[in-house]
Amino acid sequence: MTVDLSQFIPSFLEESFEGLELMESSLLNLEAGDNETIHSIFRAAHSIKGGAGTFGFDVVTEFTHLVETLLDEMRDGRREVSPKDIEILLTSVDCMRILIEAARDEADYDKEKIAQTTAQLSETLANKDTSDNVNTEQVPQNSNNLIDKSGSNNLSIYKIHFVPEHNLAKTGNDPLFLFNALADLGELTIVANTSELPALTDIDPQELYLSWDISLKTSASVEDIHEVFEWVEDECLLEITQTTIQSQAEPEQTPDLEQTQASTTAENKEIIAVQPAITQEPPAVVAEETATNKPKGKAKAKAEVSSIRVGVDKVDNLINLVGELVITQSMLSELGSDFQMDKIERLTNGLEQLLQNTKELQESVMRIRMLPISFAFNRFPRLVHDLANKTGKEIELIIKGEQTELDKTVMEQIGDPLVHLVRNAVDHGIEQAEVRVANGKPEKGTISLDAYHQGGNIVIKISDDGGGINREKVFAKAVEKGIVEPNSTLTDAQVFDLLFEPGFSTADQVTDISGRGVGMDVVKRNIQSLGGRIQVESTVGKGSCFKVNLPLTLAILDGQLVKVGTETYIIPLISIVESLQVDNDLINKVSGDMTLYRLRDENVPILPVYQLFGLKSEFTKIDNALLVVVEADGQKVGLMVDHLLAQQQVVIKSLKDNYQQVIGISGATILGDGSVAMILDIPGMIQIALTYAQHKQQHRSAASHYEIGAPC
Amino acid sequence: MANVLVVDDSNSIRDMVSFTLKSAGYQTVEAKDGQEGLSKAQSGSFDLVISDVNMPIMDGITLCSELRKLSNFKFTPILMLTTESSTDMKMRGKAAGATGWLVKPFNPDKLLATIKRVVR
Repeated sequence: MTVDLSQFIPSFLEESFEGLELMESSLLNLEAGDNETIHSIFRAAHSIKGGAGTFGFDVVTEFTHLVETLLDEMRDGRREVSPKDIEILLTSVDCMRILIEAARDEADYDKEKIAQTTAQLSETLANKDTSDNVNTEQVPQNSNNLIDKSGSNNLSIYKIHFVPEHNLAKTGNDPLFLFNALADLGELTIVANTSELPALTDIDPQELYLSWDISLKTSASVEDIHEVFEWVEDECLLEITQTTIQSQAEPEQTPDLEQTQASTTAENKEIIAVQPAITQEPPAVVAEETATNKPKGKAKAKAEVSSIRVGVDKVDNLINLVGELVITQSMLSELGSDFQMDKIERLTNGLEQLLQNTKELQESVMRIRMLPISFAFNRFPRLVHDLANKTGKEIELIIKGEQTELDKTVMEQIGDPLVHLVRNAVDHGIEQAEVRVANGKPEKGTISLDAYHQGGNIVIKISDDGGGINREKVFAKAVEKGIVEPNSTLTDAQVFDLLFEPGFSTADQVTDISGRGVGMDVVKRNIQSLGGRIQVESTVGKGSCFKVNLPLTLAILDGQLVKVGTETYIIPLISIVESLQVDNDLINKVSGDMTLYRLRDENVPILPVYQLFGLKSEFTKIDNALLVVVEADGQKVGLMVDHLLAQQQVVIKSLKDNYQQVIGISGATILGDGSVAMILDIPGMIQIALTYAQHKQQHRSAASHYEIGAPC
Repeated sequence: MANVLVVDDSNSIRDMVSFTLKSAGYQTVEAKDGQEGLSKAQSGSFDLVISDVNMPIMDGITLCSELRKLSNFKFTPILMLTTESSTDMKMRGKAAGATGWLVKPFNPDKLLATIKRVVR
């Protein structure tokens, strides 16, 4: 029979990647003499090798075998753990990852890198100080042909003399099963030798006293027979002699099993009854053997299978909550079937309970998608280690709050931006040791990653104690690039925000700010697409801090409901700076349609929502209107709305999936009364407003041209 | 049908062994390390134990010698499932009372064929 194991590939892959992460982080923390850590690294490699072999990922098996051998030497204390070895092992982990990914996607991989690392590993292994010969252990190939029926067509007769040690049964072996296995190979004749039997009174029932002479007619090879006795070879006297060779063409003889039985004399029988393991059943031929070809577990696991492992406690909690919900439901339905006004209090209580249940259920379900941010942070020790090596700086990485939980989707997408920020901190934040010492700082630079919850958000801080960002240089660069006017006055925050301007990065390398902007616009865009924002704080000489604010989940959003005309819209709470009623004195009309509102020391453009969306509204006058000041891309705008309604959590439904993408709208939700409300996309709205204003401007200038031109 | 205790720290290997055995009609109980295996062994009766060697908390060799101390595991076949096919490891297994070993890569057909040498 063939068992299809391909269904286990995804779980093997998941486990392997976890194993690789464990290997990597353990290697980075490995200190001499820390045997437990080496053991756990070894175990991870070992499991990967075992699984890969099973699924026929032979390249992975072969490569991992080298890694395993090296680790084995370290584990047994035969090899000192040198920093160089650790580097090689780290590279090997990368290679294993490449190979496993390639196996998963059935894609090509960087053969050169693998070959290089393989060579390095072999070289390291060859250079070991002891002569202990573990290297010769062969990678188990797919030579699992228990019975190679196709191998030889010739029938042979083997004479097997089998004398087990008396305590064979104590290791759980049982001659009867061995004979069964032999019977699977061919025709079997067994003669028991009872001469060693002691007197009945002297018999220890847990010992074996018999020996056997076996004759086996089979097409199997002598190795196959040895394999049957593989586990007992050390505990018995075994002689196998091949006597006759017959061609397959000869007519089959009838198996003389009866003879086998008959030759077990009556004298033996009573003794056999005492033997714990041996019974009188004829050797049953049980199995169909198709072990000739290993089923290759080559399932198409191409599609990235996404799964979450959830702790049992979380699931239990859910079941518990659902139970409560059912109780509440039955209470309410009982109440409803025979409702009178005097029961109104019970109804209110019931509804309250329902609200509580739903809320808890929602939180618990969300928690299932939550993973500790250590999943995203895990790669940083390695990254910093490598970068520090490359740049020749000494850097310590401090990670805090790695247990802070975050939605899986958010986690997957925040990884790359974080890498970018950390890379920048190493590259451009931390100074070279000499510079640091000259500035009175410790030689070793520090980068810290910190994550914590704040309200409904998660805050991730990447800070370094490096040189900080030189405000003047950024400003000068921005002026040079034409991003800002030379005479404009900007706050620090606004200046640092310039780093995220597209194109800012492509600037020539300017010492301490260089590269700070490399791809930073992408970082910012990624964070924004997750509904988050990024802020920069920096002090020259002291260091910089990038603070990323992210919503905990992409499925639910804290929103402010507002009313415009007959429509209800939702503004993400995270983007709201403040809401206010317009003070008429602070309104500034500038060029044509643009209206600015003086908000303390800033001028905020007012965008009437009804105008942008072409709605009919009774509140078209700016005087005394309600303004929701929102911020996006460092730009504040005031959205003019009719009414402010409640604040509530809304479940985001994608417009793209259900309809199509609409500019200015990031999604929709269904409100309590069943109506659909749109969720406003603030950057998108600003975009619309800009286009709208430009359009008007052009229109007007075109019109004036015409007027000028007309008289001519 | 025979009841088999499967001990391995790797989820996927454990699942695969278990799945293979179940598909051949065996009953299985799973444990993720030697310690758990031992306590499950004490609370049930098994016809066969298949255990990995390298596991956290308690390794397979220790599990094996612990099991042999239990009266109802005195003759129970214990197979070590391992990639370590070195003689040294086999000797250590034998010394601890292991019946035999199954060399990974794990091959389901081979597994089923081999365990017939020790269990019905």
